[in-house]
Amino acid sequence: MEETVEYAQATGLLGGVWLLVAIPLVSAAILLLLGRRADRWGHWLGVAAIGAAFVLGLSFFFQLRGLENKSVELSLWDFIAVGDLRVDFGLLFDPLAAVFVLLITGVGFLIHLYAVEYMSHDAGRRRFFAYFNLFVAAMLLLVLGNNYVMLYFGWEGVGLASYLLISFWTERPSAATAGKKAFLMNRVGDAGLAIGIFIMFATLGTTQYDEVFNGVGALTGTTVLVLGLLLLLGAAGKSGQFPLQAWLPDAMEGPTPVSALIHAATMVTAGVYLIARSNPIFSANSTLQLVVVSVGALTLLIGCIIGAAKDDIKRVLAWSTVSQIGYMFLGVGLGGAAYALAIVHLLAHGFFKANMFLGAGSVMHGMKDQVDIRRFGGLSKYMKITWLTFMMGWLAIIGMFPFSGFFSKEPIIVAAFEREDWTAWLFGGAALLGAGLTAFYMTRLFVLTFHGPKRWTEDIEHPHESPKLMTIPLILLAVGSVGAGFLLATSVPDWLTETAGLGGEHAEHAAVLSHTVITILSLLVTVLGAGLAWFLFRAGTATAPQPAGVLVTAARRNLYTDTVNEAVFEKPGIFLTRALVYLDNRGIDGLVNGLAAAVGGGSGRLRRMQTGFVRSYATSILAGALLVMAAFLAVQAGWLA
Amino acid sequence: MTELKLPSIDYAAISPILIMLGTALLGVLVEALVPRRWRHVVQLTLALLAVLAALTMVVLSADERIITAGQALAIDGPTLFLQGAILVLAAMALLLIGDRSVERGGAFVAQAAVTAESADDRRQAEGRNGLTEVYPLTTFAIGGMLIFVAANDLLTMFIALEVFSLPLYLLCALARRRRLLSQEAAMKYFLLGAYASAFFLFGVALIYGFTSGIPGRTAGVDFATIHAAVGESPASPVLLFAGMALLAIGLLFKAAAAPFHVWTPDVYQGAPTPVTGFMAACTKVAAFGALLRVFQVAFADANWDFTPVLGAVAVLTMLVGAVLAVTQTDIKRLLAYSSIANAGYLLVGVLAPSRDGLAGTMFYLVAYGFSVLAAFAVVTLVRDEDGEATHLSRWAGLGRRSPFFAALFTFILLAFAGIPLTSGFTSKFAIFGPALEGGQAWLVIAGVLTSMVLAFPYLRVVVMMWLSEPGESTPTVTVPGGLTAAALTIGVLATLVLGVAPAPLLDLATGAAEFVR
Repeated sequence: MEETVEYAQATGLLGGVWLLVAIPLVSAAILLLLGRRADRWGHWLGVAAIGAAFVLGLSFFFQLRGLENKSVELSLWDFIAVGDLRVDFGLLFDPLAAVFVLLITGVGFLIHLYAVEYMSHDAGRRRFFAYFNLFVAAMLLLVLGNNYVMLYFGWEGVGLASYLLISFWTERPSAATAGKKAFLMNRVGDAGLAIGIFIMFATLGTTQYDEVFNGVGALTGTTVLVLGLLLLLGAAGKSGQFPLQAWLPDAMEGPTPVSALIHAATMVTAGVYLIARSNPIFSANSTLQLVVVSVGALTLLIGCIIGAAKDDIKRVLAWSTVSQIGYMFLGVGLGGAAYALAIVHLLAHGFFKANMFLGAGSVMHGMKDQVDIRRFGGLSKYMKITWLTFMMGWLAIIGMFPFSGFFSKEPIIVAAFEREDWTAWLFGGAALLGAGLTAFYMTRLFVLTFHGPKRWTEDIEHPHESPKLMTIPLILLAVGSVGAGFLLATSVPDWLTETAGLGGEHAEHAAVLSHTVITILSLLVTVLGAGLAWFLFRAGTATAPQPAGVLVTAARRNLYTDTVNEAVFEKPGIFLTRALVYLDNRGIDGLVNGLAAAVGGGSGRLRRMQTGFVRSYATSILAGALLVMAAFLAVQAGWLA
Repeated sequence: MTELKLPSIDYAAISPILIMLGTALLGVLVEALVPRRWRHVVQLTLALLAVLAALTMVVLSADERIITAGQALAIDGPTLFLQGAILVLAAMALLLIGDRSVERGGAFVAQAAVTAESADDRRQAEGRNGLTEVYPLTTFAIGGMLIFVAANDLLTMFIALEVFSLPLYLLCALARRRRLLSQEAAMKYFLLGAYASAFFLFGVALIYGFTSGIPGRTAGVDFATIHAAVGESPASPVLLFAGMALLAIGLLFKAAAAPFHVWTPDVYQGAPTPVTGFMAACTKVAAFGALLRVFQVAFADANWDFTPVLGAVAVLTMLVGAVLAVTQTDIKRLLAYSSIANAGYLLVGVLAPSRDGLAGTMFYLVAYGFSVLAAFAVVTLVRDEDGEATHLSRWAGLGRRSPFFAALFTFILLAFAGIPLTSGFTSKFAIFGPALEGGQAWLVIAGVLTSMVLAFPYLRVVVMMWLSEPGESTPTVTVPGGLTAAALTIGVLATLVLGVAPAPLLDLATGAAEFVR
């Protein structure tokens, strides 16, 4: 980065950017504080707040378009000032932030509308909307902050809201477990991000975007690499990328609108935002970019393979989210102009995936909360609107011309083939293979749900179409799935080039294959994958999973990634906890008594030991004192220092 | 024989200490002379006024930077800041101690001599007014703490340690309910505290031995002498290091750092909750004030030698606190382990030997003190007919029963978890930043990782309160009387304000962050 990054001060209407965060936040606070008094109208307040934020976002967007320098900063107050470190409580509204604001509030509004009906039978609807708006506020803060600390605020906020929303139905133990899993895996990523921010502070003395980006050039390669890897860890945790992908499918235990908004359209793309925002850091180190590309390529294949073997409609969609975000990571990792391509795919994905999730919710609504696609079939006759809108989403995600996925995914595949060396074949090939696999498993999902013979459970006689409040958002999102792609692919990349470091200097390499060939190839694999799935599943499938080969079994078990996590993280963690609890409760004295008790066989004595005798405490203090003394003397003797 | 010279004493500078100790003596007289029915009001008013007066004196002498009373007391920036912190937090704790509306007669036993669990004991628990001796005890403890953070030699420090510890041992034993648990806690605290004091005193002796071994210098245990002796490539470093280790052990015990933390959960659980809050907030400030002074003034030049050891202690403390908090089922024990983990983070601050590090540590102490007092204030409110319902399973569904207090507690827990826009985040930031700058990346990494772990038990409580259905046994939340409500409000507001706009206090801390030698 030769040019310096500079942001202008926000003036006029744009001085009100903070309202974007404040409105959803205040509405969430009102809903939480008023309690049951707001039960009757609370959901409409939630919807109205997001609607207002969308309208505001739109007007800010047009304001920004009219400006010379398309990045404005709004400093609200000095947040932290310790010695050299100054952290601003400030917002940054630039093209990248603007498109995210429009996505979050626009798609968010439609999903809110849908949720009014979807959650109408739930006693906790008001609380649900409170958390939902809390999430929107945090997500907007995440994309609007002008420094990494503000980003971290939003980051923690969306994590918290997501945790609350996944475990919303606490009466289901699986929901509680899923909430915990999401929380833990996200914490791993968050720790990476937090340490990354501290490294920025230690090496650059600032966390403001402009100062960090201007200072990156002065850092050593290793520092940039470590910093980038830590940010990548954070991004992978939030976006469900390898190796932290396992929580996302489990997060589907939450209500369907949550899956649509948080775990498909917005929060999970925060990782992509982080990398795109930090592009001057990632562009500064080619190893780093290679790692990002590899993570993306690997995850997109993992997602496809596992998605092909799952039977739960929401989980298939979840794995497809994992896989599609893999494409976005691939895009941001490629650098240069591909950043913008990834953002375009992100926006397009926000539409068609929200569309399909809400469609899935509509199907579940009509089928008494059944989620197993083996027990659907033939629904196209009964749920016409859901069927047609879902079809738009399906055609969009598999990248069929002229639906939006074609315009957003295909350029990423082309960009992957444009790498300089043999890796072009590797990553291009992976992206192409992924396109074929996506076509296969999404077609499987579509056909098994809406076509073929009925395989319903006995208690369902006549599934009904969902009410209007649910179908209207579906229709609008379907329109987006059809039309948005072309629109986005032609206008957004230009718009985004105004963002610091995005786009612009694209190192043109001749692709190893010509553009036309790649386009034809990707359409070909798509048709092949879809056709194969249609052929295999047109007549339905068994109502229970059948024994299968090695690959399918592995895919059904998430390619054993959970098993690895269990062995590498969970078991040692449990062991550490047990060991510490043991030492703490029983102490050294207790250990001796424990042996005596075991010999004497007196279980009563064992129980009594946990009450904690002073003598065992004193012994452990003595042991600790000896250790500290020994350590001090060892240091003095020069053994440790 | 030289002439005995009396040291000159700047009475204005040490007036906060004199006010507190004087009030404590006055309090003893009040016990003897004022009729029983007036004692509570008189004692509480007296104590609060004294704290207020002492605080005023601290503020008035804000620019004082002197060493007075011979070499015994240093009144400098950190002293004044920490004294102010102790006084503000102690005022909040006094509000909790003085509350008699949440529990009829207050949280303290009416007649300490009655055999626990006997029929008489049950009768006293039914609502006779609690002992008012708690006020002189508390004011004595506050006075001791004020000396402790100002002490400029090891003997003064030791005496101050005893002055504030002995009343605390007694206070722990005075719970109205669950008296066996309370007495057991006091006994444990006393025995182990005495044990730790012995380590400290032995350390003082060794350090004296060390300074006397340097030719051409007078021996002494004041920090200037020790500092000079450490700087002068010492002849008998074994004495120095052994002494330093023993001093550290004595102080780390009070700070509840692992492996000297074992008393904490039992004592926090057994002590009357207002006293627990007082210990968690004020004792922490005092202990870390002393640790800062000992290691950044007296032993500053041995920096490279103690950092690895204290760093290891810090990591162990964070680990023990965070991991064990996960398995706790009692809210007071959970908060105890959280307090242990926080001691670990504070140690990171102690090891960041820069002005920012000192300022960050002092900021952290204040921020944590406010939050933890507010947390214990909520604990006193959640109760059933047997007193406080501290078992976590009893808190399930509390959000449905009393959304307001559950929301307050949620906010405090989020602050403990270090969620941004609470003081928990800004204070961690204020400590980890300078530590990283001081080259202690490993401590910061350990700190970030353990705080991630620690967030889990907090959020588990949040989820339990909000997302579980209230059960048969979910207790009700007592609407607090004015005193507890005031303490709770101050604590929560401070947690919020220090989270959103920490700059003024940080500036104040940075301005004060320089020791005089």
